[in-house]
Amino acid sequence: MQQIINFIIRNKSFLLYLLLFSIALVFTVQSHSYHKSRFINSANFLSGGIYKSVNDINEYVNLKTQNLILQEENSELRSLMFSLSDTINHTYIDSTYSGISYKFTPAVVLKNSYSLNNNILLINKGSNDSIQQDFGVISSKGLVGIIDNTSNKYATVISILNTNSRISAKLKKSNHFGSLVWNAKSPRFIQLTEIPKIASIQKGDTIVTSGRSTIFPKNIPIGTIESFQLDNAKNYYTIHVQLFNDMTSIEHVYVIENKDTEELNTLINSTNE
Amino acid sequence: MNSIIFTHTFRFIILVLLQVLVLNYINFLGYINPYLYILFILLYPLKNNRVVFILLSFFLGLTIDMFFDSGGVHAAAAVSIAFIRPFVLKFSFGAVYDHQTMKFSNVEFGSKLTYFTIMILIHHFILFSLEIFNLFKIILILQNTLFSSIFTIILCVLATIIFSRRT
Repeated sequence: MQQIINFIIRNKSFLLYLLLFSIALVFTVQSHSYHKSRFINSANFLSGGIYKSVNDINEYVNLKTQNLILQEENSELRSLMFSLSDTINHTYIDSTYSGISYKFTPAVVLKNSYSLNNNILLINKGSNDSIQQDFGVISSKGLVGIIDNTSNKYATVISILNTNSRISAKLKKSNHFGSLVWNAKSPRFIQLTEIPKIASIQKGDTIVTSGRSTIFPKNIPIGTIESFQLDNAKNYYTIHVQLFNDMTSIEHVYVIENKDTEELNTLINSTNE
Repeated sequence: MNSIIFTHTFRFIILVLLQVLVLNYINFLGYINPYLYILFILLYPLKNNRVVFILLSFFLGLTIDMFFDSGGVHAAAAVSIAFIRPFVLKFSFGAVYDHQTMKFSNVEFGSKLTYFTIMILIHHFILFSLEIFNLFKIILILQNTLFSSIFTIILCVLATIIFSRRT
């Protein structure tokens, strides 16, 4: 017993190092597995508060471009509204009711990152605004990511520029679907895999969300096809998609809550059993 | 004694804020960022309680991790270089370090550069290996390590020159 205690005292710094290193390693491994809540994340009082106060100042720098983006979106929505009212008047089809009700919550990005392998964003809405894990996040131009951790006032978002994220997407033209992954090379491009060989694809085709998961509604724009190639087994295409979104400068985003998620999930689970 | 504690607490906070709010947005050539916060570990007083030093380095890394949402990669890298610091010091400064008389303000520039380079290279290698976490991307890890290290070394040397108190 004496010897064990002596050993511990003699090597205390090495043992402490081993302990702390393994704790850090556990955190690291945890962060590499998708959707395991991180113990250490930036959605807390301290880092969230600091990022927010700095963002309050930074906002002014980008005010002009952000205004332009919002104005663009406004005009788009306005034109949609007018064309919609026309169709409603003439044809009497209930085209506004899609069967699924989505709730949009506007939010501001406090911290954006795009140069790492696993990029995480921080937004200024949290569980006080009824934001929960697995809500989708989009901007006016397209897809941004999925909510991961939430605190009272802040939430972290797993960006689409994250090697762990997989989002279902499809070709707008032919409805062939695959999953979006990122090869961590450029923040302007993302890869769409598992598109069957039979699909006819062309450079410039549009990629949209498939609506097969309960997170995102259908037909949210993602990007256009930049180039494509068959994989090694010659069965599936891997497509390089150029994003509509400039992920390096996003500021205003919307969090999507699907009100029917619970009902859909219970239904799917009961069917599987 | 109190002034030493005050200086280092101040340095801790300033370096973390600088790292999180400025240096992480540089993204030189798309992905190269300097990690200047380890200057705290590099310039920590030589006569120290090793247990306290290792714990402090761990918390420094963990604070950075909290801001970057990077799991525990910075904590692991920071605690590693804190642990090996005495060996690197002995290697790069030799006899001066053994006599317990050296101060960072009056050592040879060459040996100081060696000390910085070794520590920063080891830190960055651990950092990027854990961040990328894929043995097949070893080239990418080495490439990131090399470029970011050069950036960090230049900034560290500049910072020590600018903020050194000449008497």
